Amino acid sequence: MRRRLLSFLALLGGALAGFALLRRAGTRHHDRIDLYYDDGSLVSLNEIEGARLLELAKEALQAARA
Amino acid sequence: MDAAQALADLTEISSQIHAAALIEPDGEVAASTLADEAHGREFARAALELVRAAEGVRSLTGESLTQLEVATADGSVFVVRDGGRTIAATTSAEPTVGLVFYDLKSCLKAAADPQAEPSSGDPAESRADSAP
Repeated sequence: MRRRLLSFLALLGGALAGFALLRRAGTRHHDRIDLYYDDGSLVSLNEIEGARLLELAKEALQAARA
Repeated sequence: MDAAQALADLTEISSQIHAAALIEPDGEVAASTLADEAHGREFARAALELVRAAEGVRSLTGESLTQLEVATADGSVFVVRDGGRTIAATTSAEPTVGLVFYDLKSCLKAAADPQAEPSSGDPAESRADSAP
């Protein structure tokens, strides 16, 4: 009986830890680049496609903080 | 309204904006919220370089870039262009994007209009009055 209870608690603990990890990964901030054009169109780039733009934006953020 | 007054109004109205600079078509800084001129120039240079790099993303289709946002975990960089003038600003992470663009466009418009009056009274109220 005691062994069953310990197994159940271990399983419950593992499930809660897994849920917390998944939740954390889901809310992680992702870098994003949105470019708007005069014809009303929008181009969104992810951190890989817009690596150079991200680098320049980080320079601008740093310059603004200096 | 002059550029410095337009930026002062902008930072009063928008608590999300940390720093901003108004840049002339020739790249000169018309005004900035940064502590000294050198930092203002450095920020403007970085923002213009960002715009030039962003223009390269879609240079073949002929459309011109009017505004951009680059969002990072440390904060966002916004740039809006109108009539040759550019305004660049930084915000904290995850700002209200539409509101920041609206405030930056209003600032550009006010800086370009010599008849514009400096804002007075409740900033939220004046923003609501001028909203479309």
